[in-house]
Amino acid sequence: MKIDHKKEPIIRISKRVGIQFWKSWLIRLAAIALSLCVCALLIFALSGLNPIKVFGTMAKGVFGTQRKLMNWVRDTSVLLCIAVGLAPAFKMRFWNIGAEGQMLVGGIAAAACMIHLGNLGMPNVVLLLIMASASIIAGGVWGVIPAISKAYLNTNETLFTLMMNYIAMQFLLFFTPIWEHPAGSNKVGIINSVTKVGWLSEDQKLATPLIMLFIVLIVTVLMFAYLKYSKQGYEIAVVGESQRTAKYAAINVKNVVVRSMTISGAICGLAGFLSVAGADHTISEDTAGGRGFIAIIVAWLAKFNTFVMILIAALIVFLDKGAIALASEYSNYNLTNDVADIITGIILFFILGSEFFINYKIKFHLGKGKEEIA
Amino acid sequence: MTQLISILTTAVTFGTVIMYGALGEILTEKSGNLNLGVPGIMYLGGISGLIGAYLYETGVGAANALPVVGMIIAIVCALAGSMLGGLIFSFLTITLRTNQNVTGLTLTIISAGIANYFGGTLSKMAGGVGQISVAATSSAFRWTQSLTDGWGEFDTLFFNYGFMTYLAIVIAIVLSIFINRTTKGLNLRAVGENPATADAAGINVTRYKYLATCIGAGISGLGGLYYVMDYIKGTWANDGNIEALGWLAVALVIFATWKSLRGIWSAYLFGALCWLYYYIPGLTRSTQELFKMLPYVATIAVLLFVSFRKRKEDQPPASLGLSYFREER
Repeated sequence: MKIDHKKEPIIRISKRVGIQFWKSWLIRLAAIALSLCVCALLIFALSGLNPIKVFGTMAKGVFGTQRKLMNWVRDTSVLLCIAVGLAPAFKMRFWNIGAEGQMLVGGIAAAACMIHLGNLGMPNVVLLLIMASASIIAGGVWGVIPAISKAYLNTNETLFTLMMNYIAMQFLLFFTPIWEHPAGSNKVGIINSVTKVGWLSEDQKLATPLIMLFIVLIVTVLMFAYLKYSKQGYEIAVVGESQRTAKYAAINVKNVVVRSMTISGAICGLAGFLSVAGADHTISEDTAGGRGFIAIIVAWLAKFNTFVMILIAALIVFLDKGAIALASEYSNYNLTNDVADIITGIILFFILGSEFFINYKIKFHLGKGKEEIA
Repeated sequence: MTQLISILTTAVTFGTVIMYGALGEILTEKSGNLNLGVPGIMYLGGISGLIGAYLYETGVGAANALPVVGMIIAIVCALAGSMLGGLIFSFLTITLRTNQNVTGLTLTIISAGIANYFGGTLSKMAGGVGQISVAATSSAFRWTQSLTDGWGEFDTLFFNYGFMTYLAIVIAIVLSIFINRTTKGLNLRAVGENPATADAAGINVTRYKYLATCIGAGISGLGGLYYVMDYIKGTWANDGNIEALGWLAVALVIFATWKSLRGIWSAYLFGALCWLYYYIPGLTRSTQELFKMLPYVATIAVLLFVSFRKRKEDQPPASLGLSYFREER
């Protein structure tokens, strides 16, 4: 039979069966490089500034002083903590879009303990432990509600967890006037600003960020081990790949969903504790500030590998802080803080898109017999 | 009575913003694409329309600007901007098969950045924060014509809105007819329920997904335009309101159980629920926040109710949120 080459499609896509480790990372690096070029062009178009100088300014704005460097460590820790929390849920293919809310209720719980138990005179360590436990429990409860309804009613978890975010936010707004300080400011203000009870450390500049990093790194390592080496982690992987296989293997899918989401919500709640006790010493609408959503992207891009999450979280916080530094440095060049969102978005789009070239092979058919493989 | 009229009219104007967002998202989700970028797309629609109108009004001078021309320019720009957002989403999720949740969230982040960047820049060009105003164009959007002059409250309740309020209802009806009564609509639903089967039946899955997502984005973008031109009267504020409204629109899709006709009254109900606290006496600053929770709680209640009853007609499209690849069965 004669094959009509003219009718063959120009581009043919097929699934890749396994890809070498270095090759996949080469594609990702190429995507990041390409996205940086686009960002450079964009910055040049908006402001007329030399892009290389601009990236230098960003680096100086993030790593320039010890204080800035530690702020970067601090914010990376919080973002990483949420992303690590999302790992078990996402590996199970449970779309937990509710990290924002889980973190927020964790923060509310921590703040409540700080305010109401702060003047009982108990040792700071005890109070911190109570706060952390309260946050973990609150986050866990916030995560388990949609999980139960997913397990027993098969409710769409994406939409349920999304709604829980807004309920958490309204709870925060409910408590804000009750806790507000000074009166009439409609802000909670710095909690225990004199006694510093319930603060992670009195040394804001160095000790606090390092303690936060330490806690989050422990969680990161534990989560890596949990997902990779424990029986429960294996069950999560099976449920994520195929619920039917899981049932066939006598895994109780409902239990796995509820259990993993409790863990997921609890760690996101811990992030709320870190944010309130460590970074901010207050709680506001900015406590989560969209980080719950960005962490989803971090967790997804890292393919649930918690160590890769460290890199991606650090990169995203760098971009965010760098762009803000840029905006304040060149405020008369038409650059604002919003450029941070644009740059982050462009880079994320490119990294997301690069996954396609890792998972699929593309063949170009150029005329008769000629074949190029990309 | 006047208070009842007042809450109803508030509900209608507020509800219309989210109705546009939800109608676009219903069309998109019918093709199996869960676009969490709705808030971003509404941002894009709003800012594109504003930029178009602003450039027109400053170009010809505010005194010479014809409201109708400004209105047409604003609508075209809003559609172009938001459909471009939809196109980016489509390219990434349909052609490159990226994860829809993650792509949608990223689209929201980047679009909010773009909108607030240009909103800020326009304000600066216009002379400072809150200075930007496209009065002529906005007046065309807010032009009202009463058909029942002198009927008092009846008049206020039904003929007190700009034309886009009525356009939303028309779009909802047209969408409903298209989705439920035409062959193309049937094909679209097939794509959203089971793309492999639709593909086998000779339906071009990729084209349906692309078109539904882009046109859906265009409709959602009109919500942003309506908010900017009618609701806040042709100005701009970097206050994140559009984003909040966008998430409400996502909630409304669920509340309306993916039916555009149900979207009409649900949108107004959402509007009423959002502003209910305003009309309830004796609320403190604290407790009124609990009342603002109502739309979200109601949405969760509907989610639970729908999955509890398991009625086939009320379920989300079966392949919602999943990418389709022909060779992967």
